[in-house]
Amino acid sequence: MNKPLFATLLGGFLGIFDGLTALFTPEVRSQIVGIVIGSTIKGLLAGVIIGLFATKVHSLVAGTIVGLLVGGFFAYLILLMNPGHALNIMLPGCLVGLIVGYAAQTYTVKS
Amino acid sequence: MISEVALDRLTGMLRAPDLSGTRYEILGELGRGGMGIVYLARDTALEREVALKIVDRGGAGTRSDSPDALAHEARILARLEHPGIVPVHDFGELPDGRIYYAMKRVRGDRLDRWLAAGRDLAERLAVFLRICDAVAFAHAHTVVHRDLKPENVMIGEFGEVLVLDWGIARTQNREPENQNPEPENQNLEPENENPEPRTPNAEPVVGTPEYMSPEQRAGAAVDHRADIYALGVMLQVLGGPAAVAAIAAKARDDDPIRRYQSVQELAADVQRFLSGGAVFARREPLLDRLQRVYRRHRVPILLVLTYLAVRVLLLWLGGI
Repeated sequence: MNKPLFATLLGGFLGIFDGLTALFTPEVRSQIVGIVIGSTIKGLLAGVIIGLFATKVHSLVAGTIVGLLVGGFFAYLILLMNPGHALNIMLPGCLVGLIVGYAAQTYTVKS
Repeated sequence: MISEVALDRLTGMLRAPDLSGTRYEILGELGRGGMGIVYLARDTALEREVALKIVDRGGAGTRSDSPDALAHEARILARLEHPGIVPVHDFGELPDGRIYYAMKRVRGDRLDRWLAAGRDLAERLAVFLRICDAVAFAHAHTVVHRDLKPENVMIGEFGEVLVLDWGIARTQNREPENQNPEPENQNLEPENENPEPRTPNAEPVVGTPEYMSPEQRAGAAVDHRADIYALGVMLQVLGGPAAVAAIAAKARDDDPIRRYQSVQELAADVQRFLSGGAVFARREPLLDRLQRVYRRHRVPILLVLTYLAVRVLLLWLGGI
């Protein structure tokens, strides 16, 4: 599995999981399908960018920081569409990006 | 009266081989083995130092079959071209009829002395894996060393690892046996590097007792698993945590069937340990397993736990 594919799948998986956590928030539970789809697309896009970066730059520190920034950027876009939930959107989004950035640098096996 | 030093020198001169007609000059003695003496010599043609092994004329280590055995050793070494096996440069006969062969002069420390300097586990196991490489190569060429021990391994100045002293190595002409070889001469006591009495259909008992497998010690037929046993004892000498001890114990099981069936299998288990994986030789307790997995994947585990902690914290804050 190459780096972009690995990071995309991981980003998508974490995106689904991240979106599903909205089930624990009663006021947004009714919008869960849209949240999960949006969160998954966000994870997939972040994963593609992080994975492509990982193929060009082999640095754990740089990869992790880029993951954090990309995750944060996409979370910020979501925040622009849903103002008022800054902490709930930004913090997990940044963390997901960080995890994907770290994993893309360390856990990918080239085919 | 002649002093002891003078006597030693005279004895040395008398014993020094006549190298006329060869391209070598003796520079000193490097050591003595069961089959002969190893001299430090100078190759005058190529202007380099070599180790010259010559059948002893008399005294220590003389064997009735030494010339044949030395030739056999030289041929085995010539066959085993591997970075972990000392290469043979030349082979011939001295004017007095004795057989000699020239091999690479290895500078460095014997493994036992190298270990005495205090090495960390990863370094020790890396050397062990290099020894396994060389022995596996020999086994692939049907050669069984039969005297593996730290004293027969050299660690070169640049970290190269060389397996030495193939004097009692033998060619294994048949497929590995799947049955435990039955001892045929139980009463033979092993002695290091000395020819032993033979009983009909039995192997001569040669080797180093502490490193000999039970079947070798008993004079039964041995195969490559006798080397695996010796490697197990060496691994035990190298030391390490419970997983390494378990690998060593499996390698030196009294029953050849329960040992690793190839050096590659043994090396793979050591490699698994080095890379933080579970080893086949040991059923791991759950707590040990969790600790090992945590040590191996500490950063991602901490990242995921942080993520989950943040999510729980946010939910908790949202509920306030």
